[in-house]
Amino acid sequence: MKDSNMKKMLLAAIAAVTLAVGPLAVGQASADDWNKVRIATEGAYAPWNFTDSSGKLVGFELDLARDLCARMGAECEIVAQAWDGIIPALNAGKYDAIMAGMSITDKRKKVISFSNAYAATPARFVVLKNSDHADFTSKLESLNLEEIDGDEQAVLDQMAAAFKGETIGVQVATTHENFLREFMGDTVEIRTYDTQENLDLDLQAGRVGMALASMSYWKPLLETEKGKDFTAIGAGMTGGPFGGGVGVGIRQADAALVEKFNKAIAEATADGTVSKLAIQWFGFDASY
Amino acid sequence: MNFELMAEAFPQLIEGIPLTLQLVFLSLAIGFVLAVVIALARLAKDPVLPRLAYGFVYVFRGTPLLVQIFLIYYGLGQFEAVRESILWIVLKEPFWCAIIALALNTGAYTSEIIRGGIQSVPWGQIEAGKACGMSRVLLFRRIVFPVAIRQALPAYGNEIILMVKSTSLASTITILEVTGIAKKLISATWQPIEIFLVAGAIYLTMNFIVTRGIAMSERRLNPHLKDRPLPKRTALDRGVTAASAPAAAVPSKPAE
Amino acid sequence: MEMLSWGDAGWGDELVRAAFTTLLVALAAFGLGLVIGSGAAALRLSGFAPFRWLVEGYTTFIRGIPELLVLYLLFFGGNQAAMAVASVFGHTGYIELDAFTIGAIAIGIVSGAYSTEVIRGAILAVPRGEIEAAKACGMSSWLLFRRIMVPQVARFALPGLGNVWQLTLKDTALISITGLVEIMRQAQIASGSTQQPFTFYVCAAILYLLLTSLSNFGFGRAESWANRGVRRAA
Repeated sequence: MKDSNMKKMLLAAIAAVTLAVGPLAVGQASADDWNKVRIATEGAYAPWNFTDSSGKLVGFELDLARDLCARMGAECEIVAQAWDGIIPALNAGKYDAIMAGMSITDKRKKVISFSNAYAATPARFVVLKNSDHADFTSKLESLNLEEIDGDEQAVLDQMAAAFKGETIGVQVATTHENFLREFMGDTVEIRTYDTQENLDLDLQAGRVGMALASMSYWKPLLETEKGKDFTAIGAGMTGGPFGGGVGVGIRQADAALVEKFNKAIAEATADGTVSKLAIQWFGFDASY
Repeated sequence: MNFELMAEAFPQLIEGIPLTLQLVFLSLAIGFVLAVVIALARLAKDPVLPRLAYGFVYVFRGTPLLVQIFLIYYGLGQFEAVRESILWIVLKEPFWCAIIALALNTGAYTSEIIRGGIQSVPWGQIEAGKACGMSRVLLFRRIVFPVAIRQALPAYGNEIILMVKSTSLASTITILEVTGIAKKLISATWQPIEIFLVAGAIYLTMNFIVTRGIAMSERRLNPHLKDRPLPKRTALDRGVTAASAPAAAVPSKPAE
Repeated sequence: MEMLSWGDAGWGDELVRAAFTTLLVALAAFGLGLVIGSGAAALRLSGFAPFRWLVEGYTTFIRGIPELLVLYLLFFGGNQAAMAVASVFGHTGYIELDAFTIGAIAIGIVSGAYSTEVIRGAILAVPRGEIEAAKACGMSSWLLFRRIMVPQVARFALPGLGNVWQLTLKDTALISITGLVEIMRQAQIASGSTQQPFTFYVCAAILYLLLTSLSNFGFGRAESWANRGVRRAA
């Protein structure tokens, strides 16, 4: 009891200056009917969401968000938010929903709610074409980590042995980082990056030997000039630490909004809109 | 306040201290050597050298350290020629990129402090040294350098504190020193206040030790002032305004 | 060079816009710092011990820890803090502080700690005799403040505040972590998109140099204006 009072007082002290003199942007969350929904995206995770050279937010999730909003009959405002603070800012009421390629995981579910998944893509390692690991192959094409059987364990062991001592880059606070820490934490050096783009620069420069990210990110990249030196290796991995697909992140208090998104996602998946957008942006059907 | 979390975070943050200290000491050492060279270049009687030195100082003082770090870390990695050269052994490592950026940065600031110190050496003392038949090197070693260092010490103490703080930027290029770990913990627990307080306390302790150390060396380097009460001043007291504070604190000569 | 062109094909216009954002957020932070600094300096000199401790605690703490930590605190905790305060006043809705506000407040708090010291030094530099003389002439304390203190404090503080401004301007680069598209963030976005980090960080450095050089010039002019009536020994 006393603790929470102290915390409140400290918070108040920090914010006293804020309120006294700082220019304040005070926004009231919209009421329960959700005629207006504010959606946050990162704007640096192509092709899910990114910023083009005219400064506009574009990508799979931007198109999908507009479609879902139309289905929900809601007016949507899409804002860019750095990945690091995307969950705290949701809970703080900065916006009402997150569509930023965020996988549904148990860890995140402790803090926020999720809609049903609207997309799912396996995670894969990518290396430079001239790397020693460039021709690494695994017995299985895809690896579901939900319940690991004998073959799957063998593939995991094979990867752990082959990549031992390697420096692997990953975006900070992602499911991919969780996977590395859980399955290879003892044998590889993990470097975490604030943005995927900085990780790409270091992979290109050879500062990290490999990078782990979602195939939905790699596929289009590998087809462009930017990714011409990269190649994806090993199995595509899903489940377990990678979570159950990508969904809309929503505050736990806003169950009604989760329902609205679920309904819209179900419709958009059923009539093929999600598949169409996925093929347009990823080059393969990533609908869930 | 979640004291349990603070107790948990403390040992993890402590683990970042050795890396922070390595960054501080290495970049200060390299930066100091660089600073002496630049300061001498600025005071050289030569048409080109002082301008080059001034240009270097101007650029490094006029741009944010974060830009300098990113330019050296991500920027230089862009060129294949760099990646294939022998330099890459050093530039490949985030740690050394941070050291290079920090050393260049502190070198620029420190050179100004040293220059101010050298210029404060009373002309009479130099004349006296010359009159005794001292060579230029001996004059510099025995007269100019010791007096200049004594003059520059408080400002340099302030620079050390700024460097302790600046090493936090190394966290932006994947280095997990104290701030890097703090940020990791914050994004894992979403409890910013607790982590902030513990990390803040660690930095304050480090800077307190620096302040005391500087105050002690000031006393040692000024033995002739021992019996007199020293003006109460610490490196922390000086703030950024080290260079201009005297100008601000002492009014210009009042009109007669 | 094409990459730096104007319009949709290049990043030139984005970079210039980002430079304006940098300037605006720096001005907001510096302004906030001045308000904090003046208030804190007054409290510090009030002679009331608890005020003195409070201000000394603030300046020592803030100047002893990395700016990045202050920014992380506000970035991850600023909204809760704002809501905690609002709830004291009976307001229970969500309050959002945008990246600009959070950045300006965080850097403003840092800037304020340095401004406090500068302004305190400037107040102490006003010769006691002049204050006594003014009192002897029968000036009210308001008139004394307006005619004697303000003009001189402003003049004595100007060089120090020039330094604080430079520091504040450069510290705004850290705000890029909040996602505010100022120079640094824009350079990051562009380098990621084009894989030409060198080009864009050099552009960022040049923009910062321009801003710092221009403000150096401005402060130099302001100083000579403020000192226009002062006779120099040399």
